[in-house]
Amino acid sequence: MAKITLDNLAHSYYPNPKSEDDFALKELNHDWADGEAYALLGSSGCGKSTLLNIISGLLQPSQGRILFDGHDVTHATTSDRNIAQVFQFPVVYDTMTVRDNLAFPLKNRGADPKYIAERVQQIGQMIGMEAELDNRARGLTADAKQKISLGRGMVREDVNALLFDEPLTVIDPHMKWELRTQLKSLHHQFGHTMIYVTHDQTEALTFADKVVVMYDGRVVQIGTPQELFERPEHTFVGYFIGSPGMNVIPAKVSGKMANVHGASLTLDRGYTALDGKVEIGVRPEFVSLTKGEGLPVNVRRVEDVGRHKIVRADLFGNEINIVAGEDQSISPDMNRVVFDPKHVNVYVNDWLKVGEAA
Amino acid sequence: MEKTVNQKAWFLVLPVLLLVAFSAVIPLMTVVNYSVQDTFGNNQFFWAGLEWFEDMLHSDRMWDALARQLMFSAIILMIQIPLGIFVALNMPKSGFWSSFCLVMMSLPLLIPWNVVGTIWQIFGRVDIGLLGYTLDALGISYNYTQNSFAAWATVIVMDVWHWTSLVALLAFAGLKSIPDAYYQAAKIDQASRWAIFRYIELPKMMGVLMIAILLRFMDSFMIYTEPFVVTGGGPGNSTTLLSIDLVKMALGQFDLGPAAAFSIMYYLVILLISWVFYTVMTNLDKKGG
Repeated sequence: MAKITLDNLAHSYYPNPKSEDDFALKELNHDWADGEAYALLGSSGCGKSTLLNIISGLLQPSQGRILFDGHDVTHATTSDRNIAQVFQFPVVYDTMTVRDNLAFPLKNRGADPKYIAERVQQIGQMIGMEAELDNRARGLTADAKQKISLGRGMVREDVNALLFDEPLTVIDPHMKWELRTQLKSLHHQFGHTMIYVTHDQTEALTFADKVVVMYDGRVVQIGTPQELFERPEHTFVGYFIGSPGMNVIPAKVSGKMANVHGASLTLDRGYTALDGKVEIGVRPEFVSLTKGEGLPVNVRRVEDVGRHKIVRADLFGNEINIVAGEDQSISPDMNRVVFDPKHVNVYVNDWLKVGEAA
Repeated sequence: MEKTVNQKAWFLVLPVLLLVAFSAVIPLMTVVNYSVQDTFGNNQFFWAGLEWFEDMLHSDRMWDALARQLMFSAIILMIQIPLGIFVALNMPKSGFWSSFCLVMMSLPLLIPWNVVGTIWQIFGRVDIGLLGYTLDALGISYNYTQNSFAAWATVIVMDVWHWTSLVALLAFAGLKSIPDAYYQAAKIDQASRWAIFRYIELPKMMGVLMIAILLRFMDSFMIYTEPFVVTGGGPGNSTTLLSIDLVKMALGQFDLGPAAAFSIMYYLVILLISWVFYTVMTNLDKKGG
């Protein structure tokens, strides 16, 4: 177990990167605290797996350093870093039994056979494959194989960190919940530093203490699920987290007033003059449909998703989503919206601008 | 649902039946026919029963040829399979040099058998051949027309030169199909190079290797042209493999009866070995090995 520090880290797959666009992973400074569970969330191609492979040592970064508990391991091999990693697709050694698969990392490190036998039994129980321990791995289903991969990742107790690269993609939905819960309980039990890469926000928000959101090779926000929901620091976080994502509307902001296509609304905080692309962001949960007051909208359709209704509407040509209560009735004359001023965020060039309290 | 019965469908099978009859069944039956009869010329045949088969079973000549044949196939498999795997493991995995290697290695496969034989026949000559001359100049006694060890060595090296790249290409295809994640996982599990080969590469190559072994076995077991061109079966009978012996007997001596019995037995041996091979292969598959 270790604290992992990324110092000035960046990576490009080109030998001579010229501009910032050539970098798959843009300059990054970050500490992964010892014993915390992190989720690394972002859409495909945002650099999540690159970052993970740099931490595990499968990839050498183009610049910067990685430190484990203050020791520079940038050029250390994967095995010297003592890291466990589980991949997106199951990797099992086909010709071995399930037991030998689980024992493999321990055997390679010359562990005591008695300890190996005990530990493998324990892990077999944890992944629910005790009965199949002596079967060959070859004929098993994809889920079972992935459970073996997870088990092989967890079998070493002394690892510095456990890395997961979208490990539950191939697993059945009901099994996903079970395995995720097991991973979480494992985390509580052993306190490993865990980094879990995913593009599924539910997975990230349920698994992790802290979620790291990446966008276009850059870490845009690190925070608890609640922080990501209430104060997205970048419009991407707003879009990406929440279902539907945050509404982002171009506006002019001065002082405590925001002006959207001539209609004005009051904000909770005051802002000095802003340069660049100014937008306001408000989550659909904090927008309500009303009859008389607020900004005019054109309701296009209402989707009932069971727990609540999602109203899709049009506000001066921008799409806007509104979450309405399941039992709230929506009538044709409800053609205005109001925003909860406390939850309206202001973005300048996609980044959150914090105003001054009034 | 009732099955429709339409006897006219037999007519559709007729062309294939005719084709197979003319290309395989009738010639084969002619061989069977020869194997149970004797002739003293004049196109007069006498019933001989299983006499020729008994003769052949007691003939040292055939047993010797069979032994030589089995030894030849065993030696070339033992060289070509490991060598092919070794080459495949060390080939560049992608880029220009990978394509370059693939093309260079395919070249021997494209050369006609008798040309391969001629190349080596000349290459090994002590008077004008580069190999023979060089060995001779180095003081190594090498003459494939007089020394049976030299003859064997020449024939085997020639076959290795001709066919190892087939094994290498198949093994390379097997290796290329292994996803990167396997190697990454192996690094994380701290697997040794040998363990990576033993538990990842070899199992993933097993399917293509089986095909390579089968192809190489069958091809080597019926090899004729190359050794015939190089050594003509000599010196003495030392490189007279089964097919060379068969041709000698059938077309050289015109002993149709014994040759027919010989070729039927030859055929049964191939069938037997292929069956054993197939059974072992499918069993391995089932066991998941």
